[in-house]
This record gives sequence, structure tokens and C-alpha cells, in this order.
Amino acid sequence: MSENIYKPHTATITDIQLEAGGARPIRTITMQVDDPEVRPTFFHKPGQFALISSFGTGESVFAIASLPNKDGIVQVSVMKVGNVTSKIHELEIGDKVGVRGPYGNHFPLEEWEGKNIVFIGAGIGISPVRSVYQVALLPEERKKFGNITLIYGARTPADLAFKDEFKELDTRDDMNLWLCIDWKFGPKGPTGESSAEGWPAINMAAPGETVIPEGVNKFTCFVPQLVEVVKPDPENSIVVTCGPPIAIKFITQALEKLGWKSDQIYTTLENRMKCGIGKCGRCNIGDSYVCKHGPVYTHEQVKSLQNEF
Amino acid sequence: MAKMIKKDKVRELLDKLANEKFDIFAPIGEDGITLYRKLGAETPLLNFQNSSKPPKEIFFPQTEKMFDITVENHRLVGATEPPMASNPILLFGARPCDMRAMKVLDALFTWDYTDPYYVNKRERSTVISFACTLPDMPRESCFCTSVGGATDSREGADMLWTDIGSEFVVESLTDKGGKILELGGNLFTEATPDMQAKAKQVSQEATEAISRKLDTEGVKEALEATFDNAYWDEFSARCLGCGICTLLCPTCHCFDINDLVVEGKASRERTWDSCQFTYYTIHASNHNPRPVKKHRQRNRIYHKFLYSEKNLGLLGCVGCGRCIYGCPVNIDIIEVVEGAKEVLK
Repeated sequence: MSENIYKPHTATITDIQLEAGGARPIRTITMQVDDPEVRPTFFHKPGQFALISSFGTGESVFAIASLPNKDGIVQVSVMKVGNVTSKIHELEIGDKVGVRGPYGNHFPLEEWEGKNIVFIGAGIGISPVRSVYQVALLPEERKKFGNITLIYGARTPADLAFKDEFKELDTRDDMNLWLCIDWKFGPKGPTGESSAEGWPAINMAAPGETVIPEGVNKFTCFVPQLVEVVKPDPENSIVVTCGPPIAIKFITQALEKLGWKSDQIYTTLENRMKCGIGKCGRCNIGDSYVCKHGPVYTHEQVKSLQNEF
Repeated sequence: MAKMIKKDKVRELLDKLANEKFDIFAPIGEDGITLYRKLGAETPLLNFQNSSKPPKEIFFPQTEKMFDITVENHRLVGATEPPMASNPILLFGARPCDMRAMKVLDALFTWDYTDPYYVNKRERSTVISFACTLPDMPRESCFCTSVGGATDSREGADMLWTDIGSEFVVESLTDKGGKILELGGNLFTEATPDMQAKAKQVSQEATEAISRKLDTEGVKEALEATFDNAYWDEFSARCLGCGICTLLCPTCHCFDINDLVVEGKASRERTWDSCQFTYYTIHASNHNPRPVKKHRQRNRIYHKFLYSEKNLGLLGCVGCGRCIYGCPVNIDIIEVVEGAKEVLK
């Protein structure tokens, strides 16, 4: 009998970072597979996912956020929303978890040499996007690409993940970083919620006409409006975008307004999964199984799928 | 060369096979319905309407332990597989449609990744199919001949037995079938040409007795064109969402995986699941890509008649009719599919 594909490999948590607080906190958990012989099998490609077990509670699907490696180090960013993610948020360094994968297809970074890349993340969707820009920004890889732009937004300043990393990215001169927090939490929000200092509002009625003050790259708006402010040029370029379905919908609309073609836009789709390998049902969108045919799709492919997102 | 076995010798044959360590699963009457159960000393049903539940549960049980979760220092730290059995399994008296369905499950459970629990049991199994014969079969809801099947289909079987009265005409189809002939020894004798002709005749009569028909021509085109049509709202309005259509279906394979902790012992189990249930697709964020019955019923029909063929090369419906007679509100898969074609006209 060959290896049991459902068997999680035991891994030990080596690091935990609280990325974002707020009502739905995000932690980035780093783990290392215990069995040295299994470690090299976790060499993944950006965009692939893993199933992480908290033994006794269950198993859930996460985008692998770490850089590809042969040391069995797997990093995932976990938003606390359900049973398994809540349990994972209680774990401490040294605790055991289960991990299996990597599964699914990947972003074809190797096909993008010589092109500009625009990364757009909304909410926890930054996690799979990060798995790609981390690779593209490695010294050896960076030189293969043209301009690199990174656009990221979350609900509130507290919800922004990877803050320390973004501080560092903000100082790099070989990429452009743009951040935003949701409009309703900003200084001119209709609900009168606390304003965020240093996050100027934009013209929501006509975002494209917003005059950008010198040196400012943080705004109060939704990600699609920020895309209209930044106006990324579609010429010889690729977009990688992930986020909640509603965000993706408006981000792609904003891009199309700017002249982007749907085969230039890559995204990952997510659906509830149990097995991760095309057996348990449930993750299909029409005839496409997100676990096997995805999770990476071009917007062109997304448009050809049955309308059930 | 076709063989035959007298009906009153069947129990003797099963005793011989039990002595060879076969776990025998056969149709028995239980609480007024027919089910495949592990056989003890009783004689299985030789004449029966098709089972209420398909025999797929022998290979893909409704609940199955995948792992014991190991404990160290009061912490749950890993997963170990329960030992897998190695003795042979005999599925005795399967109906041909259900074995065609097993071909779909075989394809699914080996689709790029091999499911060890299912494949282990399938590899150990020998299958004796019973051709459908009057008066028990076909049932009113049977329509196998519309979806590529036959009352005497040999697909997925190691032997085909045809009931011609007081004996079965026995056809061995594989080496595993040959092994049963060998183990049965003189319980099997030559079938006379008359017996063989009779076997053909009774299968033909059963085929002619199938009254339900589904014209599959144009079904794919109709489904592809009507996905967003209000038609799907109409027929699913009366659906109760009970999921019985999927739980009785011989090709349905969806499952859930859950960790259980009972009296200090933890395990990971899989259980049948159904695309008819809300929680089947709901995200942790509460977003649900198939939030209402229309989406879920549509998914069932599309999976059977469109997706299965695209992904596995096999139609996902074998015409057993269980979803038709099992549905408490009379949703009829033939009418639903034919209706989708009507929408286009």
C-alpha cells in the first residue's frame, strides 16, 4: 500500500506572529515538519495550499505564505473565524500540528519574466499574494521583472497584516507600495467611527481624479478605488489579486476600466474543502474543482466558470 | 464456457468461500427492506428488488475511521492509521447498475491521488453480479438502458449470474471469477445450451420491461445553456433539502472529515456528506457559494450529467432509480433533465 494521502505529517510550531488585532485577528504561524525525510516534499510553488490540522479539532485549508524551501518550513496566515482557526490561535510555540500538501496549481511566475507585476491584496487575501511577491522580490528573482507595485487594503489600521514587513517594503526603491483602510472607518466615514490619522480620504465619486499629495501612499478607501487612484498601466503587465469575492469583483472591474484584459489578471479562488485532492466534492465551481484545477485562475478562466461563487 | 449452479447449492458455495476467509456481503431482508450486509450463516436473498442502499457502502462506508489521534503528555500530537485488513471480500448479488456505478467511484478515488481506504477494499474484492430478471426487476423507477447500462451489464463484475428458475447460469469474467469457479469445484457444472439461451431470453425480457426512458441526446447542451434559467428555481421549490437523493445514489461520493474526541479518545473520521446540505459549501466567513436549494439541486443534476463526464470520463448516473423512489416530494431526475431540454425549445 502506498503512502496514505490523508495522513497529516506532524510538525512543530516554531514561530507565531500576531499580524493584526481587531475583531478577526490574524496570526502567522510558522511550523517545521518533524520527519527530516518528509521535509523536502513540502517544496511548494507560490499559490499552492496546505491542509493544517489541529489534532482533535480538525483540518482546514490555508494558502502557503512561506518562501519555497526544502527544510519543511511551512508558514500560514490564519484569520480567527471558525473552530479550527480559533484553536490554531490558541497554540503556542512548540505545540504539534499536522500538515499535508502542497496541493493545487500555482502562479506561473516563470512565464512573467520581463513583465511588470502589480500585486493587489484585500484583507486576508494578502496571504496568497504575499507568497508570490516574496519570491519576486528576492534579489535573484527581482531582476527578472520590470516594475513591481503592491496594493493592499484592510478594514482598519489594526487589521493590516505584516506591518513590519510593509515598513521595510516601503523603504525599497525597486517597488511601489500603496495601502488603504476601508472608507467607512476613515475620517469622513458616515458612521462617525474613529478616524485614522495620516490616511487621507480620496474622492470616492471619482477616485481617478484624486490628486495625490506628495509622498503619500496610504489612503482611506476601498481597494478597488485605490486601484483607480494608482492607475497601473496594463502594457506588458500582470496583476495578481486575492481577497473576498466581492473585492475581487470590483478590483477586476476597476482594472478593466483601466484597459486591462482578463487574461492579464490572476487570482486565487477559495471554497470550503475537506480533502484537498478532488474527492470530497464541495469545492467545485461548475466542473472546476478549486483544489485540483485551481486555486489559481486567470480572470478569463473565472469568467468562463459557472456563476456560483 | 458458461457454467451453472443450482440455487440450493448456493449456501454450500458461500460456506466454502467463508472457509477461505472471504468476508461475504450479500443482500438480506432487514426491517422490510433489502440491504447488503455482512453474511453470517443465513442464506442471502436470491430473488430481490434492488437494495434500498447501494452496495457502495461496503467499500466506502457511511462512517469510517481514518486515523487514531495519538496523545503524548495529555496533548494530541499526531495521527496513526488503523490497521487495514487483508482478507478477501466477496460482494455477492450486486445489481449491474450498481457495479457500473462502482466504475465511477473507482475513477474518482484514483483521480490523480489514490484513496487508500477505498482502494484497499476494492482491490481485495470479488464481485458476483446478478442480472436483473423478472418478476423482481426491473423496478418502476429503473432506467439503466437510457444511460448506457443493461440488465445483464458485465461492467465492474468478476462473474455474472443469471437466474433461470431453479439455477443460475454462471459466467466468469475475470481471473477473480475463475478463482470462485475453482473454489466452488463440483458445485458448478456445465450449463447446457438451452440454459444459456434461457439466460439470454430472461435478460431480454427484463430489458423490455423497463418502462422509464431518458433521452440523453441534447442533455449536455441543455444544461450548459440553462444554468441561470428560472427553471431551476421552479423544480427545486418543493425540494425539502433532505439529501436522500444523494445518500441513496450509487455514484455519490461526497464526504466530510471531522475530528472526534469521545471519552478521552480522539480520532479522525469521514462520513458521507451531501451537496444538498447548506453546511456542505459554507465558508468560515459565512459566505455560501450555493446558498439556496436551487443551487444545490442544480449542482446534483449538473454533476451527474455534465461534470462527472468532463472530469472522470463517465456519466454520473447509472439509472438505478433510487433518487426517484426515495424522494419524499417526487422529484424525478428524468423529468428534471427532460424539462431542462424543454426550456431550450
